[in-house]
Amino acid sequence: MNRSLLSVPTAAAAGLARCHACGLLSRLPAAAGDAQAACPRCGAVLHLRRPASVARTWAYLSAAAVLYVPANVLPVMRSGSLFGVQEDTILSGVVFLWQDGSWFLAALVFIASIVVPLAKLLVLFFLLLGVQWRSAWRPQWRTRLYRTIEYLGRWSMLDIYVVTLLAALVQVQSLAAIQAGPGAVAFGAVVVLTMLASQSFDPRLIWDAAAAAAAPATARPPAPTEAAR
Amino acid sequence: MQACHECDALQRPVPLQSGGMARCWRCGAVLYRRRRHGLDATLALTLAAVVLFGLANAFPIVGLDMQGRTNATSLWGAVSTLWDQDVPLLAALVFATTLAMPAFDLAAMLWLLLPLALGRRPIAGALVLRGLLAIKPWGMVEVFMLGVLVALVKLSHLATVVPGVALWSFGGLILLMAAAAASFDADLAWPRLARPTP
Repeated sequence: MNRSLLSVPTAAAAGLARCHACGLLSRLPAAAGDAQAACPRCGAVLHLRRPASVARTWAYLSAAAVLYVPANVLPVMRSGSLFGVQEDTILSGVVFLWQDGSWFLAALVFIASIVVPLAKLLVLFFLLLGVQWRSAWRPQWRTRLYRTIEYLGRWSMLDIYVVTLLAALVQVQSLAAIQAGPGAVAFGAVVVLTMLASQSFDPRLIWDAAAAAAAPATARPPAPTEAAR
Repeated sequence: MQACHECDALQRPVPLQSGGMARCWRCGAVLYRRRRHGLDATLALTLAAVVLFGLANAFPIVGLDMQGRTNATSLWGAVSTLWDQDVPLLAALVFATTLAMPAFDLAAMLWLLLPLALGRRPIAGALVLRGLLAIKPWGMVEVFMLGVLVALVKLSHLATVVPGVALWSFGGLILLMAAAAASFDADLAWPRLARPTP
Protein backbone atom coordinates (compact mmCIF):
# COMPACT_ATOMS: atom_id res chain seq x y z
CA MET A 1 0.00 0.00 0.00
CA ASN A 2 1.23 3.42 -0.92
CA ARG A 3 2.16 5.05 2.39
CA SER A 4 1.58 8.55 1.07
CA LEU A 5 -2.14 7.77 0.79
CA LEU A 6 -2.31 7.00 4.49
CA SER A 7 -0.54 10.00 5.95
CA VAL A 8 -2.72 12.75 4.50
CA PRO A 9 -4.45 15.50 6.46
CA THR A 10 -7.91 14.36 7.47
CA ALA A 11 -10.77 16.39 8.83
CA ALA A 12 -10.78 14.46 12.10
CA ALA A 13 -7.05 15.05 12.64
CA ALA A 14 -7.68 18.78 12.13
CA GLY A 15 -10.50 18.74 14.68
CA LEU A 16 -13.11 19.28 11.97
CA ALA A 17 -16.33 17.33 11.66
CA ARG A 18 -18.12 16.86 8.36
CA CYS A 19 -21.89 17.15 8.79
CA HIS A 20 -23.43 13.82 7.77
CA ALA A 21 -26.48 15.57 6.35
CA CYS A 22 -25.29 18.68 4.52
CA GLY A 23 -21.56 18.07 4.24
CA LEU A 24 -20.46 21.32 5.85
CA LEU A 25 -17.14 21.16 7.67
CA SER A 26 -17.15 22.75 11.08
CA ARG A 27 -14.83 22.86 14.04
CA LEU A 28 -15.87 20.70 16.97
CA PRO A 29 -15.75 22.57 20.28
CA ALA A 30 -12.48 21.62 21.98
CA ALA A 31 -14.02 20.69 25.33
CA ALA A 32 -16.92 18.84 23.79
CA GLY A 33 -17.54 16.50 26.70
CA ASP A 34 -21.05 15.10 26.55
CA ALA A 35 -22.57 18.20 25.03
CA GLN A 36 -23.52 17.49 21.44
CA ALA A 37 -22.53 20.05 18.86
CA ALA A 38 -24.95 20.80 16.05
CA CYS A 39 -24.14 21.70 12.45
CA PRO A 40 -24.40 25.50 12.13
CA ARG A 41 -26.00 25.18 8.68
CA CYS A 42 -28.58 22.41 8.97
CA GLY A 43 -28.79 21.65 12.69
CA ALA A 44 -27.88 17.95 12.48
CA VAL A 45 -25.85 16.56 15.38
CA LEU A 46 -22.14 16.57 14.53
CA HIS A 47 -19.91 13.53 14.95
CA LEU A 48 -16.36 12.88 13.85
CA ARG A 49 -17.43 9.33 12.96
CA ARG A 50 -20.83 7.65 12.93
CA PRO A 51 -21.57 6.91 16.60
CA ALA A 52 -20.89 3.35 17.79
CA SER A 53 -20.43 2.38 14.17
CA VAL A 54 -18.68 -0.95 14.71
CA ALA A 55 -20.99 -2.14 17.49
CA ARG A 56 -24.16 -1.18 15.62
CA THR A 57 -22.99 -2.77 12.40
CA TRP A 58 -22.13 -5.99 14.23
CA ALA A 59 -25.58 -6.00 15.85
CA TYR A 60 -27.50 -5.53 12.60
CA LEU A 61 -25.20 -7.92 10.77
CA SER A 62 -25.59 -10.76 13.28
CA ALA A 63 -29.36 -10.34 13.31
CA ALA A 64 -29.36 -10.47 9.51
CA ALA A 65 -27.11 -13.54 9.47
CA VAL A 66 -29.44 -15.40 11.85
CA LEU A 67 -32.53 -14.56 9.79
CA TYR A 68 -30.72 -15.48 6.58
CA VAL A 69 -31.32 -19.17 7.42
CA PRO A 70 -35.15 -19.10 7.70
CA ALA A 71 -35.23 -16.69 4.76
CA ASN A 72 -33.76 -19.38 2.53
CA VAL A 73 -35.18 -22.51 4.12
CA LEU A 74 -38.80 -21.53 4.76
CA PRO A 75 -41.22 -21.13 1.85
CA VAL A 76 -41.68 -17.58 0.61
CA MET A 77 -44.77 -18.58 -1.33
CA ARG A 78 -47.48 -21.21 -1.03
CA SER A 79 -49.50 -21.96 -4.15
CA GLY A 80 -52.64 -23.98 -3.76
CA SER A 81 -54.52 -25.36 -6.76
CA LEU A 82 -56.73 -28.31 -7.70
CA PHE A 83 -53.59 -30.43 -7.89
CA GLY A 84 -52.43 -29.79 -4.37
CA VAL A 85 -50.26 -27.33 -2.52
CA GLN A 86 -46.83 -26.30 -3.71
CA GLU A 87 -44.33 -24.48 -1.58
CA ASP A 88 -41.57 -22.35 -3.05
CA THR A 89 -38.41 -21.13 -1.43
CA ILE A 90 -36.27 -18.35 -2.87
CA LEU A 91 -34.01 -20.88 -4.56
CA SER A 92 -36.80 -23.08 -5.96
CA GLY A 93 -38.32 -19.95 -7.50
CA VAL A 94 -35.06 -19.37 -9.37
CA VAL A 95 -34.92 -23.02 -10.45
CA PHE A 96 -38.48 -22.74 -11.74
CA LEU A 97 -37.59 -19.74 -13.88
CA TRP A 98 -34.47 -21.50 -15.18
CA GLN A 99 -36.30 -24.70 -16.16
CA ASP A 100 -38.95 -22.56 -17.73
CA GLY A 101 -36.40 -21.17 -20.16
CA SER A 102 -36.38 -17.63 -18.75
CA TRP A 103 -32.62 -17.70 -18.23
CA PHE A 104 -32.20 -13.98 -18.11
CA LEU A 105 -34.85 -13.55 -15.42
CA ALA A 106 -33.54 -16.57 -13.53
CA ALA A 107 -30.07 -15.01 -13.47
CA LEU A 108 -31.52 -11.64 -12.42
CA VAL A 109 -33.51 -13.09 -9.52
CA PHE A 110 -30.56 -15.31 -8.55
CA ILE A 111 -28.26 -12.31 -8.33
CA ALA A 112 -30.76 -10.03 -6.57
CA SER A 113 -32.08 -12.58 -4.07
CA ILE A 114 -29.17 -14.92 -3.41
CA VAL A 115 -25.86 -13.39 -4.49
CA VAL A 116 -26.43 -9.82 -3.26
CA PRO A 117 -27.67 -10.60 0.29
CA LEU A 118 -24.92 -13.17 0.81
CA ALA A 119 -22.28 -10.83 -0.62
CA LYS A 120 -23.51 -8.06 1.66
CA LEU A 121 -23.22 -10.25 4.75
CA LEU A 122 -19.74 -11.46 3.81
CA VAL A 123 -18.42 -8.06 2.73
CA LEU A 124 -19.62 -6.30 5.89
CA PHE A 125 -18.15 -9.11 7.99
CA PHE A 126 -14.84 -8.70 6.14
CA LEU A 127 -14.87 -4.90 6.47
CA LEU A 128 -15.63 -5.07 10.21
CA LEU A 129 -12.79 -7.53 10.79
CA GLY A 130 -10.45 -5.30 8.78
CA VAL A 131 -11.32 -2.31 10.97
CA GLN A 132 -11.02 -4.24 14.22
CA TRP A 133 -7.71 -5.88 13.26
CA ARG A 134 -6.36 -2.48 12.13
CA SER A 135 -5.61 -3.73 8.68
CA ALA A 136 -3.65 -1.51 6.28
CA TRP A 137 -4.43 -3.77 3.34
CA ARG A 138 -5.80 -1.91 0.28
CA PRO A 139 -8.09 0.64 1.97
CA GLN A 140 -8.98 2.10 -1.41
CA TRP A 141 -10.24 -1.23 -2.66
CA ARG A 142 -12.16 -1.90 0.55
CA THR A 143 -13.85 1.51 0.32
CA ARG A 144 -14.93 0.68 -3.22
CA LEU A 145 -16.30 -2.66 -2.02
CA TYR A 146 -18.35 -0.85 0.61
CA ARG A 147 -19.68 1.62 -1.96
CA THR A 148 -20.78 -1.24 -4.21
CA ILE A 149 -22.75 -3.18 -1.60
CA GLU A 150 -24.27 0.05 -0.30
CA TYR A 151 -25.60 0.67 -3.79
CA LEU A 152 -26.73 -2.88 -4.58
CA GLY A 153 -28.47 -3.70 -1.29
CA ARG A 154 -31.90 -2.31 -2.13
CA TRP A 155 -32.29 -4.52 -5.22
CA SER A 156 -32.68 -7.57 -3.00
CA MET A 157 -36.24 -6.47 -2.29
CA LEU A 158 -37.12 -7.79 -5.75
CA ASP A 159 -38.47 -11.14 -4.57
CA ILE A 160 -40.65 -9.51 -1.91
CA TYR A 161 -42.43 -7.52 -4.61
CA VAL A 162 -42.79 -10.55 -6.87
CA VAL A 163 -44.46 -12.50 -4.07
CA THR A 164 -46.68 -9.51 -3.20
CA LEU A 165 -48.00 -9.25 -6.74
CA LEU A 166 -48.46 -12.98 -7.24
CA ALA A 167 -50.37 -13.21 -3.96
CA ALA A 168 -52.60 -10.29 -4.94
CA LEU A 169 -53.33 -11.52 -8.45
CA VAL A 170 -53.69 -15.27 -8.18
CA GLN A 171 -56.80 -15.39 -6.04
CA VAL A 172 -59.29 -17.49 -7.94
CA GLN A 173 -61.13 -19.35 -5.23
CA SER A 174 -60.97 -23.14 -5.44
CA LEU A 175 -58.91 -22.99 -8.62
CA ALA A 176 -55.66 -21.44 -7.55
CA ALA A 177 -54.50 -19.21 -4.77
CA ILE A 178 -51.08 -17.94 -3.82
CA GLN A 179 -50.12 -16.92 -0.32
CA ALA A 180 -47.02 -15.25 1.02
CA GLY A 181 -45.10 -17.63 3.27
CA PRO A 182 -43.08 -17.10 6.47
CA GLY A 183 -39.82 -17.15 4.49
CA ALA A 184 -40.81 -13.88 2.83
CA VAL A 185 -41.04 -12.12 6.20
CA ALA A 186 -37.59 -13.39 7.18
CA PHE A 187 -36.20 -12.44 3.79
CA GLY A 188 -37.62 -8.91 4.01
CA ALA A 189 -36.08 -8.60 7.47
CA VAL A 190 -32.69 -9.69 6.09
CA VAL A 191 -32.83 -7.00 3.40
CA VAL A 192 -33.82 -4.28 5.89
CA LEU A 193 -31.21 -5.39 8.46
CA THR A 194 -28.35 -5.54 5.94
CA MET A 195 -29.33 -2.07 4.70
CA LEU A 196 -29.27 -0.78 8.28
CA ALA A 197 -25.93 -2.53 8.82
CA SER A 198 -24.30 -0.91 5.80
CA GLN A 199 -25.77 2.48 6.76
CA SER A 200 -24.29 2.28 10.24
CA PHE A 201 -20.87 1.22 9.02
CA ASP A 202 -18.52 4.18 8.62
CA PRO A 203 -16.03 3.66 5.74
CA ARG A 204 -13.76 6.31 7.23
CA LEU A 205 -12.89 3.76 9.92
CA ILE A 206 -11.15 1.70 7.22
CA TRP A 207 -8.79 4.62 6.65
CA ASP A 208 -8.40 5.42 10.34
CA ALA A 209 -7.37 1.82 11.00
CA ALA A 210 -5.04 1.71 8.00
CA ALA A 211 -3.35 4.97 9.00
CA ALA A 212 -2.94 3.76 12.58
CA ALA A 213 -1.39 0.52 11.33
CA ALA A 214 0.98 2.33 8.97
CA ALA A 215 2.07 5.08 11.36
CA PRO A 216 4.54 3.09 13.52
CA ALA A 217 6.02 1.50 10.39
CA THR A 218 7.07 4.84 8.92
CA ALA A 219 9.02 5.59 12.10
CA ARG A 220 11.04 2.38 11.76
CA PRO A 221 14.33 2.39 9.81
CA PRO A 222 14.17 1.02 6.27
CA ALA A 223 13.92 -2.73 6.05
CA PRO A 224 17.10 -4.66 5.03
CA THR A 225 15.62 -5.75 1.72
CA GLU A 226 15.13 -2.14 0.75
CA ALA A 227 18.68 -1.21 1.79
CA ALA A 228 20.20 -4.04 -0.27
CA ARG A 229 18.43 -2.99 -3.43
CA MET B 1 -12.17 23.11 2.62
CA GLN B 2 -14.07 19.90 2.18
CA ALA B 3 -13.74 16.44 3.64
CA CYS B 4 -14.49 13.20 1.82
CA HIS B 5 -17.51 11.45 3.32
CA GLU B 6 -15.91 8.04 2.79
CA CYS B 7 -12.27 8.51 3.81
CA ASP B 8 -12.22 11.92 5.57
CA ALA B 9 -9.33 13.28 3.46
CA LEU B 10 -9.31 17.09 3.42
CA GLN B 11 -9.30 18.72 0.02
CA ARG B 12 -9.88 22.05 -1.61
CA PRO B 13 -13.04 22.29 -3.75
CA VAL B 14 -12.35 22.98 -7.41
CA PRO B 15 -14.67 24.78 -9.84
CA LEU B 16 -16.41 22.34 -12.18
CA GLN B 17 -17.73 22.54 -15.68
CA SER B 18 -21.48 22.13 -16.11
CA GLY B 19 -22.31 18.43 -15.81
CA GLY B 20 -18.96 17.58 -14.26
CA MET B 21 -18.21 15.81 -11.02
CA ALA B 22 -15.40 15.83 -8.50
CA ARG B 23 -14.00 12.65 -6.99
CA CYS B 24 -11.95 12.24 -3.85
CA TRP B 25 -8.30 11.98 -4.86
CA ARG B 26 -7.63 9.38 -2.18
CA CYS B 27 -10.56 6.92 -2.31
CA GLY B 28 -12.43 7.90 -5.47
CA ALA B 29 -15.82 8.66 -3.86
CA VAL B 30 -17.94 11.22 -5.73
CA LEU B 31 -17.69 14.40 -3.66
CA TYR B 32 -19.92 16.78 -5.56
CA ARG B 33 -21.34 17.41 -9.03
CA ARG B 34 -22.30 20.44 -10.97
CA ARG B 35 -25.74 19.86 -12.47
CA ARG B 36 -26.61 21.12 -15.91
CA HIS B 37 -29.81 22.79 -14.74
CA GLY B 38 -30.78 24.58 -11.60
CA LEU B 39 -33.41 23.78 -9.00
CA ASP B 40 -36.24 24.84 -11.34
CA ALA B 41 -35.59 21.81 -13.57
CA THR B 42 -35.86 19.57 -10.51
CA LEU B 43 -39.16 21.23 -9.60
CA ALA B 44 -40.56 20.61 -13.10
CA LEU B 45 -39.56 16.94 -13.01
CA THR B 46 -41.00 16.55 -9.51
CA LEU B 47 -44.35 18.05 -10.53
CA ALA B 48 -44.57 15.62 -13.44
CA ALA B 49 -43.63 12.76 -11.12
CA VAL B 50 -46.44 13.72 -8.71
CA VAL B 51 -49.00 13.39 -11.52
CA LEU B 52 -47.69 9.95 -12.48
CA PHE B 53 -47.52 8.88 -8.83
CA GLY B 54 -51.22 9.67 -8.55
CA LEU B 55 -52.04 7.71 -11.70
CA ALA B 56 -49.82 4.81 -10.65
CA ASN B 57 -51.79 4.44 -7.45
CA ALA B 58 -55.27 5.16 -8.77
CA PHE B 59 -55.33 2.43 -11.41
CA PRO B 60 -54.68 -1.31 -11.45
CA ILE B 61 -51.11 -2.28 -12.27
CA VAL B 62 -51.97 -5.52 -13.93
CA GLY B 63 -54.92 -7.81 -14.42
CA LEU B 64 -55.12 -11.57 -14.76
CA ASP B 65 -57.60 -13.28 -17.03
CA MET B 66 -58.02 -16.81 -15.70
CA GLN B 67 -60.68 -19.10 -17.12
CA GLY B 68 -63.12 -16.30 -17.61
CA ARG B 69 -62.50 -14.59 -14.30
CA THR B 70 -60.56 -11.36 -14.22
CA ASN B 71 -58.61 -10.23 -11.23
CA ALA B 72 -56.79 -6.93 -11.29
CA THR B 73 -54.82 -5.32 -8.53
CA SER B 74 -53.53 -1.89 -7.72
CA LEU B 75 -50.57 -1.32 -5.45
CA TRP B 76 -52.87 -0.61 -2.51
CA GLY B 77 -54.86 -3.75 -3.34
CA ALA B 78 -51.68 -5.81 -3.23
CA VAL B 79 -50.71 -4.37 0.14
CA SER B 80 -54.13 -5.05 1.64
CA THR B 81 -54.09 -8.62 0.31
CA LEU B 82 -50.87 -9.22 2.23
CA TRP B 83 -52.48 -7.70 5.30
CA ASP B 84 -55.48 -10.03 4.97
CA GLN B 85 -53.16 -13.02 4.53
CA ASP B 86 -51.81 -12.45 8.04
CA VAL B 87 -48.38 -11.22 6.98
CA PRO B 88 -48.76 -7.68 8.36
CA LEU B 89 -44.97 -7.18 8.58
CA LEU B 90 -44.61 -7.82 4.88
CA ALA B 91 -47.58 -5.58 4.11
CA ALA B 92 -46.00 -2.80 6.16
CA LEU B 93 -42.66 -3.24 4.41
CA VAL B 94 -44.18 -3.07 0.94
CA PHE B 95 -46.38 -0.14 1.94
CA ALA B 96 -43.44 1.79 3.36
CA THR B 97 -41.02 1.21 0.49
CA THR B 98 -43.39 1.67 -2.45
CA LEU B 99 -46.03 4.09 -1.16
CA ALA B 100 -45.11 5.98 2.00
CA MET B 101 -41.45 6.73 1.30
CA PRO B 102 -41.89 7.79 -2.35
CA ALA B 103 -44.89 9.94 -1.32
CA PHE B 104 -42.80 11.59 1.38
CA ASP B 105 -39.94 12.02 -1.08
CA LEU B 106 -42.16 13.87 -3.58
CA ALA B 107 -43.94 15.91 -0.91
CA ALA B 108 -40.62 16.98 0.63
CA MET B 109 -39.24 18.00 -2.75
CA LEU B 110 -42.29 20.17 -3.43
CA TRP B 111 -42.15 21.60 0.09
CA LEU B 112 -38.59 22.74 -0.55
CA LEU B 113 -38.62 23.64 -4.23
CA LEU B 114 -41.92 25.53 -4.57
CA PRO B 115 -41.01 28.28 -2.06
CA LEU B 116 -37.46 28.42 -3.44
CA ALA B 117 -38.81 28.93 -6.96
CA LEU B 118 -40.93 31.80 -5.61
CA GLY B 119 -37.91 33.33 -3.90
CA ARG B 120 -38.94 32.44 -0.36
CA ARG B 121 -37.32 30.37 2.33
CA PRO B 122 -39.20 27.09 3.00
CA ILE B 123 -40.46 26.56 6.54
CA ALA B 124 -38.23 24.11 8.42
CA GLY B 125 -36.32 23.63 5.17
CA ALA B 126 -33.14 22.18 6.68
CA LEU B 127 -35.14 19.68 8.72
CA VAL B 128 -37.18 18.59 5.68
CA LEU B 129 -34.10 18.15 3.49
CA ARG B 130 -32.38 16.14 6.21
CA GLY B 131 -35.43 13.91 6.43
CA LEU B 132 -35.54 13.60 2.65
CA LEU B 133 -31.91 12.49 2.44
CA ALA B 134 -32.44 10.02 5.29
CA ILE B 135 -35.45 8.25 3.75
CA LYS B 136 -34.15 8.31 0.17
CA PRO B 137 -32.61 4.79 0.26
CA TRP B 138 -35.94 3.35 1.49
CA GLY B 139 -38.02 4.42 -1.50
CA MET B 140 -37.78 1.51 -3.90
CA VAL B 141 -40.15 2.23 -6.77
CA GLU B 142 -37.62 1.07 -9.36
CA VAL B 143 -37.05 -2.24 -7.58
CA PHE B 144 -40.82 -2.69 -7.36
CA MET B 145 -41.11 -2.10 -11.10
CA LEU B 146 -38.57 -4.85 -11.78
CA GLY B 147 -40.56 -7.09 -9.43
CA VAL B 148 -43.71 -6.38 -11.47
CA LEU B 149 -41.93 -7.46 -14.65
CA VAL B 150 -40.66 -10.69 -13.09
CA ALA B 151 -44.16 -11.44 -11.76
CA LEU B 152 -45.64 -10.82 -15.22
CA VAL B 153 -43.29 -13.35 -16.83
CA LYS B 154 -44.11 -15.92 -14.14
CA LEU B 155 -47.84 -15.38 -14.63
CA SER B 156 -47.85 -15.31 -18.40
CA HIS B 157 -47.81 -19.13 -18.43
CA LEU B 158 -50.71 -19.39 -16.04
CA ALA B 159 -53.14 -16.97 -17.59
CA THR B 160 -53.55 -14.00 -19.88
CA VAL B 161 -51.92 -10.95 -18.41
CA VAL B 162 -53.55 -7.57 -18.98
CA PRO B 163 -51.21 -4.63 -18.31
CA GLY B 164 -53.01 -1.79 -16.54
CA VAL B 165 -52.68 1.99 -16.71
CA ALA B 166 -50.58 2.00 -13.55
CA LEU B 167 -47.95 -0.22 -15.15
CA TRP B 168 -47.07 2.47 -17.68
CA SER B 169 -47.40 5.16 -15.03
CA PHE B 170 -44.89 3.34 -12.84
CA GLY B 171 -42.53 3.08 -15.79
CA GLY B 172 -42.70 6.84 -16.33
CA LEU B 173 -42.57 7.51 -12.60
CA ILE B 174 -39.24 5.76 -12.08
CA LEU B 175 -37.71 7.67 -14.99
CA LEU B 176 -38.97 11.01 -13.67
CA MET B 177 -37.98 10.31 -10.07
CA ALA B 178 -34.51 9.25 -11.19
CA ALA B 179 -34.18 12.36 -13.35
CA ALA B 180 -35.41 14.59 -10.51
CA ALA B 181 -32.95 13.01 -8.07
CA ALA B 182 -30.10 13.33 -10.59
CA SER B 183 -30.88 16.98 -11.30
CA PHE B 184 -31.27 17.93 -7.64
CA ASP B 185 -28.24 19.79 -6.37
CA ALA B 186 -28.39 19.71 -2.58
CA ASP B 187 -25.31 21.95 -2.42
CA LEU B 188 -27.33 24.67 -4.18
CA ALA B 189 -30.24 24.21 -1.81
CA TRP B 190 -28.46 24.05 1.57
CA PRO B 191 -27.25 27.67 1.72
CA ARG B 192 -30.72 28.86 0.75
CA LEU B 193 -32.48 26.82 3.43
CA ALA B 194 -30.39 27.72 6.44
CA ARG B 195 -31.03 30.70 8.62
CA PRO B 196 -28.65 33.51 7.76
CA THR B 197 -25.73 33.08 10.12
CA PRO B 198 -24.92 36.09 12.25
